[in-house]
Amino acid sequence: MALTEMFPESRYRKTEGLGVWEHRGKVAIVGLGNSPTARRWDGTLETSLGAWTMLAAQQALDEAGITIDDVDGVIACDKGMGDDWGGDVSQGRAYFEAPYDSEDGLSGVSAHWLVKNMGLKNVKMTYHAPGCLSTALVAAAQAVGDGEAHTVLVIRGTGNMPGRYHQTPGNTTGGPGQWSNPWGWQLIPQIAFGFNQYCQKYGKNHEMMAPFILNQRRNGSMFPEGYYYQNRPDDLQITAEDYLASRWICKPMNMNDCDLPIQTAGAFLFTTAERAKDMKKKPVYVLNHVTQRGVNRSSIETMAETEEFSAHIARKCYEGSGLTASEVDIFNPYDGFTLFTQWFLEGFGWHGVGKGEALDFYAGDIRVEGPHPFSSSGGNNGNGRTRWWGHYDTVQQLRGEAGDRQVQVKHETGISGAFTPGHSDWLILGTSPD
Amino acid sequence: MGKMSPVPDEISKPFWDGCNKGKLLVQNCAGCKGNGGQDWLQHPPQAACYKCGTTENLTWKEMNGRGKVHGYSIMYDSRIRSLQEDQPFIIAVIELEDAPEIKMFSHLPGTPANDDVPVGGTVQVEFQDTLGTDQKVAEWRIVN
Repeated sequence: MALTEMFPESRYRKTEGLGVWEHRGKVAIVGLGNSPTARRWDGTLETSLGAWTMLAAQQALDEAGITIDDVDGVIACDKGMGDDWGGDVSQGRAYFEAPYDSEDGLSGVSAHWLVKNMGLKNVKMTYHAPGCLSTALVAAAQAVGDGEAHTVLVIRGTGNMPGRYHQTPGNTTGGPGQWSNPWGWQLIPQIAFGFNQYCQKYGKNHEMMAPFILNQRRNGSMFPEGYYYQNRPDDLQITAEDYLASRWICKPMNMNDCDLPIQTAGAFLFTTAERAKDMKKKPVYVLNHVTQRGVNRSSIETMAETEEFSAHIARKCYEGSGLTASEVDIFNPYDGFTLFTQWFLEGFGWHGVGKGEALDFYAGDIRVEGPHPFSSSGGNNGNGRTRWWGHYDTVQQLRGEAGDRQVQVKHETGISGAFTPGHSDWLILGTSPD
Repeated sequence: MGKMSPVPDEISKPFWDGCNKGKLLVQNCAGCKGNGGQDWLQHPPQAACYKCGTTENLTWKEMNGRGKVHGYSIMYDSRIRSLQEDQPFIIAVIELEDAPEIKMFSHLPGTPANDDVPVGGTVQVEFQDTLGTDQKVAEWRIVN
């Protein structure tokens, strides 16, 4: 097998005007898998990202009722979101015996690593799709649709090493950091700035976020695969006062607006609609996939750019799937910083939410039992940081297998994606290929 | 504030050299026009014009050094270690008077890090020392 390459940029659906996706309804998701979760890696190889990714992949195969010999493709988001294991020499973190003799398998898992260590001998196609698992999911949809492979595992292991997350030491900074690091401008200040702009323009405030955060945690309390459900269920019972009392990270963003870095691995199994008929699970069909790569005019993403990026994503999702906003039953946009989720809600116009109306919408009935079950997954705020819970939940909702989270409204179509308005990938799914 | 020192590269060096000489320079494509027929300015500088994609018309234009506060957030838990002892601090977005589409950053020295940061307030550029080298950076101070 040739070396793994990046999934070609030309095959992502980035622009408007592409029409209905040429493979609409011809690709299906037939298996899900997720390893256990932990706050940090405990240093044992049994809980490494490599081991846990194999566990998740096997679960996905078991759901579909197929074996490793049926798999002919693997697409990986091959880097996790945490720090490297061996990156900090001062901490004396030595590598282990093969296959744990590099970062691969420890701080991330590549397609090649999985093929080799799981013994996927019939795999003829592998790709990297960096960014989020969402990026790999949309790549898989296109690859299966194009006939490049017929049964594809999509994987990501994402971890959290001992020590503080993503610290930036040193007194000098080059590359892109020369423009931002001297002032400490990074994604978090960008999101906090954007929410400040939002509140100023539309007359809202941070306190109005509380119903959304509490509902995310409530949905997390019904998500057995999630981190809080498995490890810290008490944190799902927070009150509005608890939420608002948590310490500031970057005002107006507090700690409870941030998803918690965790150690876990996930797998999704894609196949053709034709092959899906013979597999165990009810197929969930891919109706479209969309990629967003916005370009900022200057050093920041302005509020006008954020609003346009969000609306642009929505228009592409609707155009390629043939759906309209009123035809989307399940909606799981990323919430890793809760202070940007309103952009998606308003950009998509889900349940009629317009500009400046999201925080008022949160104050309504957004419970999974209610008429507006927004973010039925509980997202990453309610389950820990993976950026794939929204996809996972959407598949389960469309199968009718979301357990206590199962929405009571119609659940025949769904949209999920991560991560930001400027940079994200989206799946549009349905119970029918038509 | 313990600012990291930017390390200039081939593209950014004229900008950072300008800071060391007390000049605020922005890249200009002489072959393009922006909104209203004005100069096409871009920042951070790039290898080619963001609009036309060519390199031959790229020049540098000095700004008048005035701007206004476009927005802000207040950092309490930065991942930049050299800034952590000064938390909480303001990270303001500055909009240039000469080119409102161009945004730069500021800690707004002299302005308290609270909810009264004057969005829309007028600022004047100054050039500050940094921690690691002799490189200066553009900073901004409220002037009214």
